[in-house]
Amino acid sequence: MSVDLNMQVLIVDDYKTMLRIIRNLLKQLGFNNVDEATDGSMALQKLRDKDYGMVISDWNMEPMTGIQLLREVRADARLKNLPFIMITAESKTENVIAAKEAGVNNYIVKPFNAATLKTKLTSVLGAF
Amino acid sequence: MGAGMTATVPPELVHRLTALKGRMQTVSRDEIAEVVSSLLATMEGDLSDDNLKLYAELESLAKYITTAKTEIAALRPDEITAQHLPKATDELDAIVGATEEATNSILGAMESLENLAGELPPEFGEKVSDAVTQVYEACNFQDITGQRITKVVRALKHIEEKVDALVAAFGDEIAKYKKAHPDAEEKPAEEQKPSDADLLNGPQLPDDASKQAEIDALLASFD
Repeated sequence: MSVDLNMQVLIVDDYKTMLRIIRNLLKQLGFNNVDEATDGSMALQKLRDKDYGMVISDWNMEPMTGIQLLREVRADARLKNLPFIMITAESKTENVIAAKEAGVNNYIVKPFNAATLKTKLTSVLGAF
Repeated sequence: MGAGMTATVPPELVHRLTALKGRMQTVSRDEIAEVVSSLLATMEGDLSDDNLKLYAELESLAKYITTAKTEIAALRPDEITAQHLPKATDELDAIVGATEEATNSILGAMESLENLAGELPPEFGEKVSDAVTQVYEACNFQDITGQRITKVVRALKHIEEKVDALVAAFGDEIAKYKKAHPDAEEKPAEEQKPSDADLLNGPQLPDDASKQAEIDALLASFD
């Protein structure tokens, strides 16, 4: 099954520049329908209002963090199977374990490069 | 001496000593002096060698506390919370703001370049696109530096809270020291000519910085 590059992707980060970087890198990979949120609660509201094919989220945000957003998504009957990738500077083993236990599909440590992003997207969504 | 002394100390004094021990952080020199006086009064003029040693130890302790308080007051911990820490925090915030602005400018230029890449022959367009991708990747630094600086700001705020507690505990001593040693800010304006070291301030925060037009006007005022 091929990846639907027209899927709506939600990227979540409290740094506007990082949102812009991820959006541009996704655009280079062929994803043109990219929406943004600046914290977990804004993202959750958008996820409940519209249909998205994937979430790419930072961890360290206020008031709702990325891990809290992930737990909310996994607890929601409609959203529980939504692909969720964490992109964060939190690189401790305990963070990765907590994210995995919460149901993250993959984990990218900042600073990251385009090749890593593509590899992780392929791992989660399949080849594209 | 402990057992003998306890037998002669009135229960009320024991109670006051216990209460003082419980709040050693905030006890004042005057309170210690008062308790020492009360303690000595219980000796009823019959000072043994042990009691004299105790008196000397207590007197030495009181002097030590007074000297320590004066020395700490001389360090002016109030300046740390009133001036130095807020200034450091403002400078760090300015770094985050400046790097964010610069990164956005770089990203804007790269987006324009990427759009142009589509109009170039494929062999050149691909090279330009690859270079643009590398710039996007490099711009990750802004997020990382921002987060690191946020951690430093949090640490500074923690230090500020601790110093605030110190200032509160030594409030009277600091006020006395300030009265005895008025600093440069309180001197008449004519005595405040800046030294060469005073002129080494580095970049100014955006709100404090003079605009080029203001500097030009200032220079013109000398003509």
